[in-house]
Amino acid sequence: MDISTQLEWPSTDFSRVPFGAYHDEDIYTAEQEKIFRGNTWNYLILEAEIPNVGDYVTTIVGDTPVLVNRQDDGTIAAFVNRCMHRGAQLKRDCRGNAQMHTCVYHQWSYDLSGQLRAIPFARGHKGQGGVPEEFDMKDIHLTAMKVDTYKGLVFGTFGSSTEPLIEYLGDSVCTEIDRVFNRPVRILGYQRQRILGNWKLYNDNVRDPNHGALLHKFHATFGLYRPTQTGGVKMDKYFRHNISYSSMGTSDEKEDAEAFAATEKVFDQGFRLKDPSMLAYEKEYPDDISLVILSVFPNLVVQQITNSLCTRQIQTRGPNELELYWTYFGYADDDEEMTRHRLNQANLVGPGGLISMEDGEAVELVHRAVRREQSEHAIVEIGGIGEISDQEFLVTETPIRGFWSYYYQLMGPS
Amino acid sequence: MHSIDEDRLEDWVDLFAEDCVYKILSRENFDSGLPLELMSCYGKAMLDDRILSLREANLYNIHWDRHILGGIEVLGIEEDNWLIKANYTLYQTTNKGDSELFSVGSYHDKIVSVDGVLKFKEKIVIVDTFAVIRLLSTPI
Repeated sequence: MDISTQLEWPSTDFSRVPFGAYHDEDIYTAEQEKIFRGNTWNYLILEAEIPNVGDYVTTIVGDTPVLVNRQDDGTIAAFVNRCMHRGAQLKRDCRGNAQMHTCVYHQWSYDLSGQLRAIPFARGHKGQGGVPEEFDMKDIHLTAMKVDTYKGLVFGTFGSSTEPLIEYLGDSVCTEIDRVFNRPVRILGYQRQRILGNWKLYNDNVRDPNHGALLHKFHATFGLYRPTQTGGVKMDKYFRHNISYSSMGTSDEKEDAEAFAATEKVFDQGFRLKDPSMLAYEKEYPDDISLVILSVFPNLVVQQITNSLCTRQIQTRGPNELELYWTYFGYADDDEEMTRHRLNQANLVGPGGLISMEDGEAVELVHRAVRREQSEHAIVEIGGIGEISDQEFLVTETPIRGFWSYYYQLMGPS
Repeated sequence: MHSIDEDRLEDWVDLFAEDCVYKILSRENFDSGLPLELMSCYGKAMLDDRILSLREANLYNIHWDRHILGGIEVLGIEEDNWLIKANYTLYQTTNKGDSELFSVGSYHDKIVSVDGVLKFKEKIVIVDTFAVIRLLSTPI
């Protein structure tokens, strides 16, 4: 499978993205091998979710179910969540604590390092049955992912030649993670959102500052985000990761009204909330940036929208469906008032988000309309064509071209 | 629920007392004791804001809601509040006439009399279907 021949790529700057990439079953299958089980770092969980030895979480990387646990020595291990006997899902619950992982089917038990430790009736009964003579439990180990963490974000890779995590993330992404994850975090809760569209359409969406105030009218109306603000996009050296950032209060209301005049019902200066408490930004970083959408290829988005902080894990469910798994957090030293404020601001995001609900619809609108348009292309030119580079403005979708340039490297001719 | 299903969202807000709580919680967070809601309105003003946002700001999938309630149980009285529990199923129908089950779960309500009129003092929706399909716009 080589997408350079499977699909048409008319522009070398990726300003033309073939719609076939979003629906093709064979391409989806190849993505599972080359991307999710390839030399990429996939976000698994936050360290704060497994503070104690024996704590575990079950998650998924592409289609592969994964079990993550904290080992006896305090380090984190991750495995394919599959018993090595006949393939049953090993751990069924979402999270918990255990000293051993025991498969319900035949009770094979593994320790926290994934080593097989016990098989009931290994020696049969009255000298009959059980495992063969040559059988050695020491040879059997859960299929491990290589795990690494950065500032409390846990990543795993199946690839045999994945570059070290720090290099994979790159300086800009690490700096941004340092900023948000500057001290221990506390989990506030989870949300799940099932969107009937391809996982790459969501990656496009989060690399598109241009849509931010045009689709999400709530943003524009209340000045949380407007493309007229100070802000921009920063990518890593392969343009696969992106940071969109902006600062509230840095645009001029009158200029904004003029700028939005041509849009349909997007900017309404007369619209006021009766209880505007969720719009308040309690500045908690040394800069003026009030919005950050940090995308790490292939499956992570880290969000700071004023004081609402979360990770979004992109899960693939076939070419026609994705799940967003949102993990909201605050800081461990937040007082009750700050925690309540963050929970209040959660109204802005998530599946029911006053800002973000539109993304669910937008992704589905594209997916539906391009089903039989395999040889047609998206036009990705807002922000410019040709060179892909960091920009200090927000009317852009250039990071989308960045995503596809890296996707092409992984999925194209080897 | 008729007020939501019949797109009389403003009437729905009027069913609540001034000092009210309306929360939608995922069953997974509720069972784990985690505080994060899918939607939270503390006070009628926030409810008004939600509806105004739906009317004027938000874009969401074109649909009609249809709630079916069952298992309505009066649990008792606590101070002046009637405690009521019920199950709900919520179907959404597209403008092409496709109905799908959007959400199933339970209501945990406190109903109080305000000047002789019954109002919701508290309505907590615990959503079994916490893998929310697409997006959550109109209230449950």
